[in-house]
Amino acid sequence: MEYRFSPEEEAFRQELVAFIKKELPPGWVGGMDDSSSEDWAIAQQMRQKLAARGWLTLAWPREYGGMGASFMQQVIFTEEMAYNRCPGKDVFGVRMLGPTLIIYGTEEQKRRHLGGIARGEVVWCQGFSEPGAGSDLASLSTRAVEDGDDFVVNGQKVWTSGAHHADWMFLLVRTDPNVPKHKGISYLLVDMKSPGVTVRPLVYMAGYHAFNEVYFDNVRVPRSHLVGEKNQGWYVAMATLNFERSGVEWSAMARHTHEEIVDYARAVRRNGRPLSKDPLVRAKLAESAIEIEVSKLLAYRIAWMQSQGRVPDAESSMAKAFGTELLQRLTLTGLQIMGLPSVMAAGSRWAPLQGRLQRHYLRSFGYTIEAGTSEVQRMLIATRGLGLPR
Amino acid sequence: MDLGFNEEQEMLRKSARDFLDKECPKKLVRDMEEHPTGHSPELWKKMADLGWLGLPFPEKYGGMGFGFLDFCVLLEEMGRALLPGPYFSTVALAGQAIMDAGTEEQKQFLLPKIAGGNLVMALAWTEPAGRYDPSGIRLKATPQGDGYLVNGTKLFVHDAHVADMLLVAARTSGTPRSAEGITLLGVDARAAGVKATPLVTIAADKQCEVTFRRAAAARANVLGGPSQEGKGWPVLERLWLKGAIAECARMVGGAQWVLETTVQYAKDRVQFGRPIGSFQAIQHYCANMATDVDGARYIMYEAAWALDKGQPATMEVARAKAWVSDAYRRTCATAHQVHGAIGFTKDHDLQLYTRRAKAAEVRFGDADHFREVVAQQLGL
Ligand SMILES: Cc1cc2nc3c(=O)[nH]c(=O)nc-3n(C[C@H](O)[C@H](O)[C@H](O)COP(=O)(O)OP(=O)(O)OC[C@H]3O[C@@H](n4cnc5c(N)ncnc54)[C@H](O)[C@@H]3O)c2cc1C
Repeated sequence: MEYRFSPEEEAFRQELVAFIKKELPPGWVGGMDDSSSEDWAIAQQMRQKLAARGWLTLAWPREYGGMGASFMQQVIFTEEMAYNRCPGKDVFGVRMLGPTLIIYGTEEQKRRHLGGIARGEVVWCQGFSEPGAGSDLASLSTRAVEDGDDFVVNGQKVWTSGAHHADWMFLLVRTDPNVPKHKGISYLLVDMKSPGVTVRPLVYMAGYHAFNEVYFDNVRVPRSHLVGEKNQGWYVAMATLNFERSGVEWSAMARHTHEEIVDYARAVRRNGRPLSKDPLVRAKLAESAIEIEVSKLLAYRIAWMQSQGRVPDAESSMAKAFGTELLQRLTLTGLQIMGLPSVMAAGSRWAPLQGRLQRHYLRSFGYTIEAGTSEVQRMLIATRGLGLPR
Repeated sequence: MDLGFNEEQEMLRKSARDFLDKECPKKLVRDMEEHPTGHSPELWKKMADLGWLGLPFPEKYGGMGFGFLDFCVLLEEMGRALLPGPYFSTVALAGQAIMDAGTEEQKQFLLPKIAGGNLVMALAWTEPAGRYDPSGIRLKATPQGDGYLVNGTKLFVHDAHVADMLLVAARTSGTPRSAEGITLLGVDARAAGVKATPLVTIAADKQCEVTFRRAAAARANVLGGPSQEGKGWPVLERLWLKGAIAECARMVGGAQWVLETTVQYAKDRVQFGRPIGSFQAIQHYCANMATDVDGARYIMYEAAWALDKGQPATMEVARAKAWVSDAYRRTCATAHQVHGAIGFTKDHDLQLYTRRAKAAEVRFGDADHFREVVAQQLGL
C-alpha cells in the first residue's frame, strides 16, 4: 500500500496548479454562472489554454493528439481542476464524444471532429434525456426516419446542459420502434445550426441558466453523421475508453468549500466567541472533513484499480453516490453554521462568502440526480457489486 | 498511489483466514464469552508456533519483523473471526509499547518471551474516570527503597486476570492533570496487593478492575529505564494512536463479515416469492453497508500507512477512528434490519459482532472524541 503519489506525479500537480493560478483572473473564487457572457468567456479561454498545453485531452491516446496520460495523472488533473474551480474542462467533447468516436467513429468523423475538441474550439452537448426517458434512458422516443441520404429527426430532448453554447450535439434517437427498446436506438451527430433545432432555456433552482430543452422539428441529419451501426446506438453510447472515472471531483469541490466554511467559522463571532469554538460547529465540520477523506479514498481506489488494468463498476457508483450526498450534507452544514445570514443571496453585500455557499447548496440538489441518480447507483452497487438478484 | 496489498500481506491474510476458520469457530468465541478466563492456552500455543505472538517484533527479539500495516492485516482477520483472548493486550498494546519505548535490555528480555507464548501482558491505563488523557491517570507509584509502591484502581483493563505482567500507567510526580510525572511501570500481576477482577461487559470481553494495594515494582521495571520516570505520557500518546488503529483494523474485519453475511442472507431468504435481496429497500441498505465498510477499510489503512511510515498521523488516526466507530455500528444495525427476527436472537452470530462493535466504538475514544481532535487539527 502507498497512500501518496510519486514525486513525478506530484511535480505534475505543482505544474498544473501553477498554471491554473497563473491563467485564472486574479482573486478567482469560482464562476457563479457560466451562462453569463463573462464567465463563459473565461471558461472558453481556459479551455483553449489547457488545449494549448495538451492538458485538455491529456487522457486521449497520442495518435489522436492526446498525451496518453496515466490514470494517476488524470485523477490529479480532475482533482486540481475541481479544487481550484477552474472552468474549461470539457465533459461532453473530451470525455464523452471523443472516446466514442475513437472507438466507433468513421475516419471522416474522426478527422472532422476530434481536432476541434482537442483544440477546445468546438463545443458539444449531450442529447440523451427526454421528458419520458430519465433513469430509464432506453425508453427514449425522439424519432429518426431515413429519407434518402438523411435521417429526419423529430422529438424533444431535455436537461441538455450547455445546449445554448453548443455547436454540435451527440444524441440518441429511436430508429426502430418495433424491437426491444435497447435494440432500436441510434447515435447521431447534429449541427445545432441545422434548420428545425430549437433551444429553450431552463433555469435551475439557484436562478441560473445551465440546461435546456431542445426541440427537433423535421431536422435533416446526413447519414454520414451516424456513429456506429444503425440501431446499435445504445451500445455506442455505453462505450467508454478506459479513461479515469474516479469521481474525485466531488471530494475536491467539497474540500475547497469546507476550507471556506472553516475560515468563516474562525472569523465570525457569535455569542461572544468565534463560531469555531462552538462544540456543535466543531463536530459538524470535523465530520465533514472525515467524509471528504472517505470520498477521496473511494475515488482514488477507482483510479488505482484502473491503473491495475481492472475495470471499476460498483466502485464508481459508490464514489458517485457518496461524493454527491456528501456535498449536499456539507453545503447544508455550512449554511446552518452561518445561521440567519445564510439567507442572503449573491448580489447582497450581506451575503456570506458572496452567496457562493448558498448557490452551491441549491446546485447540489442536482448532483444526486445527474449522471445517474443515487437510487440507481445504489441499485448498481447491490446488483453488480454485491450480486443481489434483480 | 497503491491501494492494494502486496503478496506477503495477501499470504498473511489467507493463512490467517484459514487458521482462524479452523481454530476459532464461533463455538469457541461463544464458549470463551462464558468461560471464566476467556483464554485458550492451546490456541495461544498454536499462535506462538505460527509466529503471530511476535509478528510485529523485530527478528532479533524473536519476532517476524512485520511492519505495522502488515500487522493490521492480521488484526483485521482476527476481528473478522472475533478471536478471543489476550492477543491484542499482549502484542498490540504491551508489546508495541515495549518495542517503541523499552530499553535494549527490556526488549531482549520481554519480547522473545511474548513471541514464544510465555508471557501474557495487559495494559493498565484507564481508571474509573474513563479517560485516556493525563487527567485520567491518578493511580500513584511512590518511590520506596529500590522501587515503587503502587496504590490505586485501574478499570477497563482487558485481560488483566490472565496476565503475567501488567504495564501500568502510574503517577510518580506532578499534579493530577499534567502530562508530566506519568510513568509506565511493569508490575508483576501476581505480586502481593494486585487483584484483577473480570467485569461483565456488553462484549463479554474480559475487562477487569485491577486494584493495587502497596504493590511493589522494581525501579528497573520503568519502561525505558529509570531515566524515563515521569516521562511516560508521550509513549502512551503514541500508543493511543497505534492502539486506536489496531482496534480499527479489527473493527473493519468484523464489519466485512457482517456485510458478507448479510448480503448472503438477502440472497437466500425468500418472502413474497422472491429473495428479499431483490427488494430495492434491502438493496439500498446493502449498498450503504458496502460503502461504509469500504470507506472504513481505506481510511483505516491510510492511518496505518502513516503510522507505519513513522509520520505524526494524528489527523489520519482521528479521522479513521471517528469514521470506523460509527460505520461499524451502523453496519451492524442495518444488518439486523435486513435479518429480521432471526438476527435478533442470541443463537445468531450477528449479535456477537453488534455487541463488540459497541464496545470497540468507545475504546480509545469514540467518534465524538476524535471529531474534536479533527477539529483541532483543522485549526478550529
Ligand atoms: C444538472 C443536471 C444536468 C443534466 N445534464 C444532462 C445533459 O446534459 N444531457 C442529458 O441527456 N441529460 C442531462 N441530465 C438529465 C439526467 O441524466 C436525468 O435527470 C437523470 O438520468 C434522471 O432522470 P429524471 O430526471 O427523469 O428522473 P427519473 O428517472 O424520473 O427519476 C425520478 C426519481 O425516481 C427514481 N427512480 C427512477 N427509476 C428508479 C428505479 N428503477 N429504482 C428506484 N428509483 C428509481 C430516481 O432515482 C429519482 O429519485 C441532467 C440532469 C441534471 C440534474
